[in-house]
This record gives sequence, C-alpha cells and structure tokens, in this order.
Amino acid sequence: MTTSLASSPRVLPLRGLSWRRAAPWLLLLVVAWVILPWFASPYVIDALLIPFLALSLAAVGLNLLTGYAGQLSLGSSAFMAVGAFAAYNLNLRVEGLPLLVSIALAGVAATAIGLVFGLPSLRLRGFYLAVSTLAAQFFVQWVLVKFSWFSNDNPSGVIDAPPLVVGGLAFDTPAGRYLFALAIVTVLTLLCWRLVQSQTGHHFIAVRDNEQAARVIGVPVLRTKLLAFAVSSFVIGVAGVLWGFVYLRTVEPAGFNLDRSLQILFIVIIGGLATIRGAFLGAALIVVFPLLLSRLGSLLLGQWFDSGVLEMSQRIVLGALIIFFLIVEPQGLAALWGRARRRLHKRASAS
Amino acid sequence: MADFDWVFFAEVLTGGLLSGVMYSLVAIGFVLIYKTSGVLNFAQGAQLLFAALTFVSLVERDVPFALALLLTLAAMILLGLSIERVVLRPLQNQSPMTLFMATLGLSYVIEGAAQLLWGTQVHALELGIADTPLQLGGMMISSFDLFAAATAAVMVALLSAFFRYTRLGLEFRALADDGFAALAVGLRLPRILAAVWATAGLIALIAGLLWGARLGVQFSLSLVVLKALPVLVLGGFDSVLGAIVGGLLIGALEKLAEVYLGPLVGSGIEGWFAYVAALAFLLVRPSGLFGQRAWQRA
Repeated sequence: MTTSLASSPRVLPLRGLSWRRAAPWLLLLVVAWVILPWFASPYVIDALLIPFLALSLAAVGLNLLTGYAGQLSLGSSAFMAVGAFAAYNLNLRVEGLPLLVSIALAGVAATAIGLVFGLPSLRLRGFYLAVSTLAAQFFVQWVLVKFSWFSNDNPSGVIDAPPLVVGGLAFDTPAGRYLFALAIVTVLTLLCWRLVQSQTGHHFIAVRDNEQAARVIGVPVLRTKLLAFAVSSFVIGVAGVLWGFVYLRTVEPAGFNLDRSLQILFIVIIGGLATIRGAFLGAALIVVFPLLLSRLGSLLLGQWFDSGVLEMSQRIVLGALIIFFLIVEPQGLAALWGRARRRLHKRASAS
Repeated sequence: MADFDWVFFAEVLTGGLLSGVMYSLVAIGFVLIYKTSGVLNFAQGAQLLFAALTFVSLVERDVPFALALLLTLAAMILLGLSIERVVLRPLQNQSPMTLFMATLGLSYVIEGAAQLLWGTQVHALELGIADTPLQLGGMMISSFDLFAAATAAVMVALLSAFFRYTRLGLEFRALADDGFAALAVGLRLPRILAAVWATAGLIALIAGLLWGARLGVQFSLSLVVLKALPVLVLGGFDSVLGAIVGGLLIGALEKLAEVYLGPLVGSGIEGWFAYVAALAFLLVRPSGLFGQRAWQRA
C-alpha cells in the first residue's frame, strides 16, 4: 500500500447519510421494485425496461473505466459478449451449476479477458489505448463466430438462452424477468457506487486527472489501471448476460458489434462521465428516443417515414445529440438534472 | 520448407504492399487533421463513404464523370469546412478525448445523412480502369491495384511536397508544432484549419473512389477507417512518414498472415490481425516506428 494515502480509511464512511438525503433514492427503489412491475404493461417491460436495465449496467461498468479512471474503451460489447457466452456455456456444460453462480463466473471470465486487453494500458495512453481496445472488439467477435464450440455447434450461431430459474423459482413472465434483472442491477450498482467513493475510486480519479501527479503522491498507477479494467469488465460482462439471457433470450455474436460498444459509450457521454446516475439517465434516453423518433416521424411525415428512413434518421439524431451534449453540456444529463433540482430547491425555499 | 513457393510469396507480398499504399492514404488523412487540430477524426471513414456515395449517385444520374468529380470535390470541401465550423470550433480547447467523441457522433451524422440522401443499396463504382491480371516476372498483379497504389503514391508525394515547399504547408507545420507560437507570429488559424479540413475532404474523395471501386460503394466503406487505425498506432498519429511506412507494413503483414497463417487458425483474421500486430510491435518498441524515444505513447 502507499505511504501518503495509507492513513485514509480504505472505504470512506457514508457521507452525511440522512433520511432526507436518502429519501429520493428510496422512493426510486420503491418505484422500480414495486410500482413498475405491477403497473407497466408486458410490452413496456420487454421493449423498454429490460434493455434499459442491461444497457444501464453496461454503462455503469464502462463509466468506471472511462469516466472515473479515464481510460477510453471502444470494446465494451466484446466484454458483454464474453459474459453472455461464458454464462451460456457454463450453464450448458456444468451440470447443476446454479444460474446466479454461472452469471458470477461469466463476470469473472469477462474480467480475465478484460485484464488481458487492459495490459496495453500500462504502456499506451489516450488514443493509442482507445485504438487497442478495438483489438478486443474484433478479436472476441471473430473467436465467437469462428469456433462454433462456443455456440454449441449450432449451425445458425444463434442459441436459446436457458430459462431463468433461481432456487426453484422461475422468472419467466415479463415482470419476473424484469425483477431478476433489476435485482442484479441494483446490487452491482450499489457496489459500484461504494467503490467510487472508496479509496480505490479516488485512485481512479487521480490516475485520470494526472497520471504523473498520481504516481508522485503514491497511487499505484499500474495496479489501479488494471483494477479499473477488471472491475469494469466484470460489470459489463454481467450486463452482457442480462442482455442475452433476459432481454433477447438468445445469444449471438453479431449483436455484440462495434455499434453496441459505441452505443454504450454514447450512453456514458450523454448521461455524464463519472456519475453513476448518468449511466441510467443516458440509457433511458437511448432506449426511449428511437421510439419517440419513430412516433414523431410517422406523425409528421406519414408514409414516407419507412423503416429505412427511420434507421438513418436515428443515426443522425443520435450523432447530433452526442455533439450537442459535448458542446452545450459536457457533464451530461446528470449535470442538467442536478441544476434543475437546485433551481427547484431555490424556488421552494424562496417562496 | 523445402519447396517454398517464392514467386507466390512475392505475389502475396506485392498485393499486400499495394493495398498498404491505400491504407497509408487514409492514414495520412488522419495525420493531417491530428497534427493541426489535435483531433483523431473518426469521421474520416464516414467522409470517405459520403464522397463515394455522392460521386456514384451523380454518375448514375448521368452527370458526366469530370463534372461529378468536381461536384463531389466541392461537396467534400464544403463538408470539411462545416465540420470545422459547426462542430470543432465550439469545442476549441476541450480535451482531445472530447474532440474524439465529437467526431464519433459526427460519423453517425454523416453516415446517416449520406444514406438518407442517396439510399442504402450497394452501388458498383466503375472508374474506367481495367482490372486485368498483369504478368510481372511470373507474378500475377491486378492492374487496378497497381493503378490505385500509383494514385495513392502520387497523392502521398504531392502532400509531402506541399507540406515541405509551400507557404501554406509551412503554416500547417508551424501550427502542428506549436499552436500558440503560430498564433503569436500572426498566422491566421481559422484559414489554416479551413485549408486542412478541405484537404482532408480531398483525401477522403480519392480514398473513397479507390476503395469504392474495389469494394463496392456501401455502408461498410466507412469501416475503412478501422483499417487505418492500427496503421496509426504503429506509425504514430503525428507522423506522415509513419503513416506511409506503417500502411505498407500493415498491408503486407495482413496479406501474408491471411495466406500463411489463415489456414492454421481459420479464415477471416484480417479483422483483428492488424491490431494485434501493431500492439505486439509496440510491446517490443514502445516508441513505435518513428516516435520520440519515450517509454510510453501518449
């Protein structure tokens, strides 16, 4: 351990945790856990809420690496793919392995691959590193397509995800699958939230802000970088399992392409770098906006707005959103949210 | 190997070098922008797609070849100028990562717009250059590859000469060297940047036509950018010479690996081989091909 930071506690105490501060978050949890599964229609759950959860979790994972530790990665969906395929194969080939264990082990597999592709970060920085994470993207996808063992020699390469059963309890309704995903996302998000407040989280930020200075004050830079890759890959790997098992209910390499990696990066940018809540806000926007756009488009343009036009205009609007956010609000939706809340507070206390 | 087929080896190597020249051309587009604006312009691939799509669509609408070329060039210059104006100028003084992410968004916008405008179907692009195999010392070499490589080589030479011998080229280099000093001695930054982005548009046009004629004009053309990135890792983002040599090296290695390594591990390795090769090279020589002697690349 380091000398200069050794005196600070490894996990900082919960800062000013009071009912007043915690109330909005508890309310959010109640809504997510009780109200939504009760009232949301199966369509909303299947088409919006579940992909939202999986993408949010992936974005939380990428945010640890890119937002907090400052290592830009363009290969997130490779780690999602590793997670999904590892969970599938563990479930298939190891008799009697509980689902939750195989999901956790899938995360471990993603961690291992993440560490391998994180090694260049010890020598490369900035763009050089970003480009080398593309190696993970293409290599993993190639391996999964090339060696049919991974998809159990299924000729189409598309495989059915196993049913979600934990301890004899089957989560097979939309609401059940939603709750299954929500449980995993809640637990991992809380852990990540604690992590970024811990000393390790501060190391991440120190490495991001100034590597040289971090080294001088005794932050173990190399270890911190590898740790960031490891934790982030674990979370993204589990998100991949959710994406394959809970949302699509099928696993195929083609779904985990560069576009998906960029999508997750976009979520992080739009939501706000280095904020946990930003990952959720960004994911919500990314999931909802294609629907809004298609409704709006067919309302305004009618017949002319076919699926091809929709796809292209989605690309354009998404790209424009990224540029807009980078120019106008580089801190993302999380900052907008915070500002809106402060303004409301001010107005409330003034009146 | 007793009966190693040297002629075949030379044929593969030459083919690799020829496609390597085209990698170099795309890579130089990156280097040009990176040196002067400090941006890794991911949208280069999208620009390339836009150029090829615009040109092919004009030709299909019976616009004469030369006129179509001229119109496309004008469109590309306009596109480059507006990128600089609308996207990058408001982001001045932001971190390089922010700029890079902006170009990611930009590539989505351009790809979407190009296909919305011209449709998503695959176009065949006929440049009127015969693609016949030529016999050269026992080797079979595609005449189109030869032409493409020659065009790319001429472009590379012209750009190098432009950098070295013209006043604007000198201003480019001054800006790349030290932006503040360049401003302080009175160089007009906006004008230079406009010229840079216009030049990048020209490179995108030529690369787009060459690649488009080879692969067909379609969405995947914008993925050519992914071919150029390992070249940049190898040669350095800021070295024109590195882009040239790196492109040749990656082109040759990739073809050789596909022919000699492919049967061993399975086909389709060209998607990632260049990346792994570039990384392996950096592991041995962290400073890259022509980088400064530093222990890590930043």
